[in-house]
Amino acid sequence: MSAMAARSPFRTDGTWLLVGPAVIFLMLFFIYPFGYGFWLSFNPAEGAWSANYQKFFSDEHLWRTLIVTFQLSLPVTILNVGLALPIAFQLRRKTRYQRWVTTLLVIPITLGTVLIAEGMLTYFGPRGWLSQFLQLLHIYDGPIRLTHNFTGVVLSLVISGFPFAFLLTLSYVTGIDPTLARAAATLGAGPWDQFRHIYLPLLAPGLAITFCLAFVQAFSVFPSAVLVGAPSGPTRVISLAAYEAAFEQYDYSMASAVAMIMGFAQLIVVVAVLGLRRGLYRGPVGGGKG
Amino acid sequence: MNQLFKELRLAGVSRHFDNPSGQRVAALHELTLTIKRGEFICLLGPSGCGKTTALNCIAGLLPVTGGTISLDQHRIDLLPPEKRGFGMVFQNYALFPHMTVRKNVAFGLMMRGTPAGEIKTRVARAFELVQLTGHEDKLPGQLSGGQQQRVAIARAIVIEPPLLLMDEPLSNLDAKLRLEMRAEIRRIHRQLGRTTIYVTHDQEEALSLADRIVVMKDGLVQQVATPEEVYAQPANIHVARFMGYRNVLTLNAGTRNGQRIALEGQGLTLEGAVKQDPGGKAAVAIRPEDISVGSGPNTIAGKIENVEYGGHESLIDVRAGNDVLLHVRTGARVKMGEAVTLTVAPERVLVYLAETA
Ligand SMILES: Nc1ncnc2c1ncn2[C@@H]1O[C@H](COP(=O)(O)OP(=O)(O)O)[C@@H](O)[C@H]1O
Ligand SMILES: [Mg+2]
Repeated sequence: MSAMAARSPFRTDGTWLLVGPAVIFLMLFFIYPFGYGFWLSFNPAEGAWSANYQKFFSDEHLWRTLIVTFQLSLPVTILNVGLALPIAFQLRRKTRYQRWVTTLLVIPITLGTVLIAEGMLTYFGPRGWLSQFLQLLHIYDGPIRLTHNFTGVVLSLVISGFPFAFLLTLSYVTGIDPTLARAAATLGAGPWDQFRHIYLPLLAPGLAITFCLAFVQAFSVFPSAVLVGAPSGPTRVISLAAYEAAFEQYDYSMASAVAMIMGFAQLIVVVAVLGLRRGLYRGPVGGGKG
Repeated sequence: MNQLFKELRLAGVSRHFDNPSGQRVAALHELTLTIKRGEFICLLGPSGCGKTTALNCIAGLLPVTGGTISLDQHRIDLLPPEKRGFGMVFQNYALFPHMTVRKNVAFGLMMRGTPAGEIKTRVARAFELVQLTGHEDKLPGQLSGGQQQRVAIARAIVIEPPLLLMDEPLSNLDAKLRLEMRAEIRRIHRQLGRTTIYVTHDQEEALSLADRIVVMKDGLVQQVATPEEVYAQPANIHVARFMGYRNVLTLNAGTRNGQRIALEGQGLTLEGAVKQDPGGKAAVAIRPEDISVGSGPNTIAGKIENVEYGGHESLIDVRAGNDVLLHVRTGARVKMGEAVTLTVAPERVLVYLAETA
């Protein structure tokens, strides 16, 4: 290619044809609504420009949703990533076993939250199979409360979020050259030292990304909070507050403010985690040539 | 493990793999060898002959599918690598990419709980040995291939293992550094009095380093002998080819007289020394260095087709007999197109069983 063409910002090699639609899509469906929502949130139906935000942080019924959402999403994310890591690590070698487990774990992803919630009600509900089964065998006769409360939402978020965290972690784990652990073994490192000194540091940046994505997914919980949670109190999450403002009170300005707060809260966590990640080694995970 | 083992015994050590079509193939077939403490053993053979497989089995990185490995009286072939305590230089280096090279080299000592002060001095000495002082705080990715290879050597030797396994450790160095490192490896070996198993496909490297050479082909041991013996008396035609016997002719075996045998074919008549009873067809191996220009026994007439000038000696190609091309290394001044007479001593015309297929 000539020097002229290489310097031109509008290259003629068709890159724009590929990138263009994505950029237009992004502008139309993300940047514009975001900008509009931002503007809208500072133009309340009545009161000063910051009235919506003042209302959110002074009304317990509203600010509590933020805390509830954190109480749900942080433990769930830690649980999901924490479970995904050892299981993915155990399955790091390519075997038929790995394929089976992977397939099995992927199924919940294809179901979607509403279907999972329905399944949970049939299985975990007060008159569900689990309860009937336990009572039949006289293992536990008391009432089983695994749905329509905080636990129900946690369960639902683990069922739908774990496979995602697992698959992502598995791809990071299998990307690490197994010769590195073998080299560590010849230098005297047992399995735990191999994990601690070789796998974990090489996985950490990937785990940070997995954590962020799993967190954002859990933070925007909505259907399961309503369907298998207790939306009037313990699982009254922030997305529910936004929904009520928009579709029950028709206060789009307030709804936008809630959405902005929600986005900002996620951003803080993501930035914090990625900030920690900056301190980690993020280069190639191979051990040399070939 | 016991630092002062007397001998390492490999008895029928085999390793099979399932190839994609589901057949079991032996990458290493019944390797039997007893290695004494302090010995320097070279595994020599072309790429894919099973050298790395053999090393991995000894290190414990690959379970054997047959045979046993013992250190003195103790079987070790079921122990994990960290319990065997052998040092290894990997063919692809296997440096830890997230650690500085200093930490890489210190890793083995750290795992052994060596005091920090001692780690520091030993690591510094190892860096000196591989001529990398000043690069300690770089990451492996910031070093060249040759430098990474030397870090891999330093990382293995710093723990002073009772048995050091090296998988083509000099393959990526330039000629001068390779010679220096070769001498260094030999010196370290002598100084520590430890045992070394060294894998290479470079016959010159094997000849210069080893006390004994194990020549391999297709997972099978072809010959175990001293460098002198492997060089002068290859056990079969494969070893001969690999040891630089560039002229290999297929001739008809004639009458035999003790170790001497008459050979004829392709327009040549020669007398050779029997290494393997050839039967009817013989594979005949001659080194380019063993043929000289002039007359004597085994006279061959030919015409010079090519001259590669090489300073002290030249490598010439001579067309002789029925279109046979002979490679000759000679100090004689000859010109392209000239007619020459060549001679070779009968004891340097090695006669083997012809290759099958
Ligand atoms: N993991 C494996 N699976 C299947 N075949 C293998 C495997 N490792 C090595 N082999 C085969 O074993 C043979 C010997 O390999 P290797 O020991 O690496 O040779 P070398 O080190 O002498 O070049 C080769 O034919 C190779 O294809
Ligand atoms: Mg190899």
